[in-house]
Amino acid sequence: MAKVTVDGIVVEVPNGSNVLQACEAAGKEIPRFCYHERLSVAGNCRMCLVEIEKTPPKPFASCAYPVADGMVVHTDSPMVRKARRGVMEFLLINHPLDCPICDQGGECDLQDQSIGYGGDHSRYTENKRAVKDKNLGPLVKTVMTRCIQCTRCIRFAAEIAGVEDLGATARGETMEVGTYVEKALTSELSGNLIDICPVGALTSKPYAFVARSWELKKTDGIDVLDAVGANIRIDSRGPEVLRILPRLNEDVNEEWLADKSRFSVDGLKRRRLDSCWVRRDGKLQKATWGEAFDVIAGKLRGLGGGRIGAVTGNLVDAESMLALKDLFAALGSENLDCRQDGAATDVARRDFYTFNTSIAGIEDADALLLIGSNPRHEAPLINARIRKRTLAGKFPVAAIGPAADVTYAAEWLGESPSLLAALTDGTHAFAKVLQGAKKPMVIVGQGALARPDGVSVLAAAWKLAEAVGALLPDWHGFNVLHTAASRVGALDLHILPGPNGKALPAMLGGGVDLLWLLGADEFDAAKIGATTFVVYQGHHGDRGAARADVILPGAAYTEKNGTYVNTEGRVQRSVLAVYPPGEAREDWKILRAFSEHVGHKLPYDTIEALRARLEQANPVFARVDILPRFGISDTAGPAGGGAALTTAPFVPAVQNYYQTDPISRASPTMAECTAALRPALATAAE
Amino acid sequence: MLSDADRIFTNLYGVHDWGLAGAQARGDWDGTAAILARGPEAIVEEMKASGLRGRGGAGFPTGMKWSFMPKQESERPHYLVVNADESEPGTCKDRDIIRHDPHKLVEGCLIASFAMRAHACYIYIRGEFYNEARNLQTAIDEAYAAGLIGKNACGSGWDFDLYLHRGAGAYICGEETALLESLEGKKGMPRLKPPFPAAVGLYGCPTTVNNVESIAVAPTILRRGAAWFSALGRPKNSGTKLFCISGHVNKPCNVEEELGIPLHELIDTYAGGVRGGWDNLLAVIPGGASVPVLPKSICDTVLMDFDSLRDVKSGLGTAAVIVMDKSTDIIRAIARLSQFYKHESCGQCTPCREGTGWMMRVMYRLVQGRAEPDEIDTLEQVTRQVEGHTICALGDAAAWPIQGLIRHFRPVIEERIATYKSGRVARPLPLAAE
Repeated sequence: MAKVTVDGIVVEVPNGSNVLQACEAAGKEIPRFCYHERLSVAGNCRMCLVEIEKTPPKPFASCAYPVADGMVVHTDSPMVRKARRGVMEFLLINHPLDCPICDQGGECDLQDQSIGYGGDHSRYTENKRAVKDKNLGPLVKTVMTRCIQCTRCIRFAAEIAGVEDLGATARGETMEVGTYVEKALTSELSGNLIDICPVGALTSKPYAFVARSWELKKTDGIDVLDAVGANIRIDSRGPEVLRILPRLNEDVNEEWLADKSRFSVDGLKRRRLDSCWVRRDGKLQKATWGEAFDVIAGKLRGLGGGRIGAVTGNLVDAESMLALKDLFAALGSENLDCRQDGAATDVARRDFYTFNTSIAGIEDADALLLIGSNPRHEAPLINARIRKRTLAGKFPVAAIGPAADVTYAAEWLGESPSLLAALTDGTHAFAKVLQGAKKPMVIVGQGALARPDGVSVLAAAWKLAEAVGALLPDWHGFNVLHTAASRVGALDLHILPGPNGKALPAMLGGGVDLLWLLGADEFDAAKIGATTFVVYQGHHGDRGAARADVILPGAAYTEKNGTYVNTEGRVQRSVLAVYPPGEAREDWKILRAFSEHVGHKLPYDTIEALRARLEQANPVFARVDILPRFGISDTAGPAGGGAALTTAPFVPAVQNYYQTDPISRASPTMAECTAALRPALATAAE
Repeated sequence: MLSDADRIFTNLYGVHDWGLAGAQARGDWDGTAAILARGPEAIVEEMKASGLRGRGGAGFPTGMKWSFMPKQESERPHYLVVNADESEPGTCKDRDIIRHDPHKLVEGCLIASFAMRAHACYIYIRGEFYNEARNLQTAIDEAYAAGLIGKNACGSGWDFDLYLHRGAGAYICGEETALLESLEGKKGMPRLKPPFPAAVGLYGCPTTVNNVESIAVAPTILRRGAAWFSALGRPKNSGTKLFCISGHVNKPCNVEEELGIPLHELIDTYAGGVRGGWDNLLAVIPGGASVPVLPKSICDTVLMDFDSLRDVKSGLGTAAVIVMDKSTDIIRAIARLSQFYKHESCGQCTPCREGTGWMMRVMYRLVQGRAEPDEIDTLEQVTRQVEGHTICALGDAAAWPIQGLIRHFRPVIEERIATYKSGRVARPLPLAAE
């Protein structure tokens, strides 16, 4: 630790910190543009200048100056103020005065800091520089004349996102940030460039000229478009969600957000189900809630519990799933399933189906094996965490599955499940690497589990983890990477067929007479038996709604108070930002109302009561936001059984990153990304 | 006047053979093995005692710089990098060393690398120096063939490899850390300091970057002894130095002289005097484009060494003496330098990127007089806002010529503005250099 005096305040900071961090520790705000805690230090904006005693009499860039014991720093001396004013003047001479029409207005670092250090008038009477805008694809809009060349975007792309797309061309005042040859950014994290750009040079293309930041209501939410459970801020105005931004959570998403989660927001306004629909004479017709409930209740009459079933979708909150389960239990049915993709699971123990190392724990690991998973597309933020770990060095990564560009060096061992045996018995070369590691990690993707021999793959993967020493009393290196936000919650609640119940495949093809789809769109609805009566409860007119006989309009994730469990098993709560459109209601309320309609009134009238029931169903729901990490003492693995391992190659679970669910399929922005970027990504992978 | 016996660069004008045979005839490569046998510490001590100050412009004591290198080799190799990216306007000394006396440099590279425990040395040569690079490569090849460098160099038991790397002709790549970036294959942009190259340099390893002249004089100093070298010149400014005299003199030339020689004497003795006589002198830039200009009144008496020039708020720099007689439009001359710095700014840090363009534009308006008198003060303040606020010294270099102009020739600028306002606009003189 080094003792540093900042403006008379003595602070102790770790050796190797920079002066800027010491100043922050002393509670002094240092203006900066190029410095960012998560990026390498560039030291080029020169805004963070401070005066350091016993050095040459000139100001030093605090972000780039290492602390030393006994250092005395002045952050507000006349010299410092004069220097910062000078730098601010330079930044502004070529910066356009278009704040009134700039989307960054109101949340712009340059605007904010010019209040403190800007002059009242400009002394610059020459012509201003103009820079041609770049086309970076459908997500990031550029107004390059506003660029202050801080190079944060270049460093983010190269360091965090792992794509060498951006760079600076030319030099001096003609230096421009761009891609050199015009092309769209090929990262799933490109939206973060908008956040880290301190000025309005990089802004959101879909959000351009939509709203001013001070008009927005900000609500804390949880993202559901993948299973990471990224913490988000939902910005809304009136009844509309206008944009989604990441919220800081060091354990989950740090301060980043994946593009699908950020830009699918326009899908929330399109193809929405905003009233009840009932199929009459082969056509869906609008109906009232009462009519819709009557039709379903009429259908239910006379049907035994064995002839009705329910399937839950990928975006559903835990409360609704539990209400559905309770309803079906009351109706005497055990035909429940949450696995639309047919992924193998074993719910005997929680660590058989969660990401046990935890996302932050990736940084402690020292070797990684990916089995049937491309985390870049299945969970870009987890991929970013893996990349962060690889940059720290000494982190061998190997993968079984079709080779893909995951933005870091990975050894692609092959595509066949037979490799699992070779790695378990130590005959494969990479087995030695895993065995030599102190904290090895195995990540099993849905591509490895959602196949006929998935149960055997799960058991084999566990055995592999055990064989290479990933299951230790203080380290749990077995991880299942889910792609569905609702999946872990559903497994926690046992949304699975009971002892005599039917799984999804058995419910299809006439296995049940009434099928209740709670936001379930990710299976082939054509396989539902022709005579099966289908109730679709959800928020988008997607695949499930098209097959439905009755549609009950539900709420999207921004429109309800919901609990979600991410792939780690972390329980998080999202808050309602706007109300569901039209007649649509929060899903648990629909189920609660319907239960009363059919005489099986569910015993909760408020979300609090339902949450109490949730805790009763599984105590993990009592532990919100906190994820204790456990080692493992009982290494007995999943039961296995079922079909033997085949040699069929693993196929990635996510084929098109940009369109995986009803919301992103309804989003024009995501459609544009699919058109613009999928070919590029496909070529990159080859 | 320096006696011929005390000259280090005995083939500065290229009248003799520059090859190995010629160099050896002039005393190069004589007893190199014996010098190496003294050991690294003794060599560094001798260099410290000689008082040699870096010849690249900053004047940092060379021996002390060498002593900053780690005393023991770790798993990270040491490197010596020789800065032959000579691009300072007015400077042409390294060029003549390389093309006419390359073996002095090659031998210096071996000795300096040995003193710093470096097995590899890179010479980063300016891209435009095509013929010079060819001569130097020939000299390196000759030295390899003669066993002077390479495995067991000069029979000393020390393995030493020397590589020549051609740059692409950017002024900023003469800044030592930008040079390292460029050498590593990146865009030539200066690095943040600290860490200094002696700790984290080329490929992250301990590195010393030296000017060509500093390295080329080292073998002679070690052969003839620190006492001989430090006896020349003035205290703290010892030894001889190559001066490049250009501009309005009768015989522009490169010449080796003792540090501390009066400027007047230097110009009269070697360059045939100022065109039209000393009284026709307007101003002199004494150390290459980046140091402030001196008016005749100071030139009359000033001595040419680091400390004397610093005392008159200028600098020795690379000792490139640019002489301007009274036919010179001094504002236009400095404006042209501003244009140079604006063109060569790397664009990395704000004050230099934005400031050089601003200063250049104001300077060109001042050439016409199309400005308000108070803009002179604004310009002066802008130069102060650039100076000392940047990552490397290019910002300082861009600011100093303008500060020198305003300090000594403010009445000229004011007169130009007044003339413009009056409508009697003077016809600008065409300048060949533009």
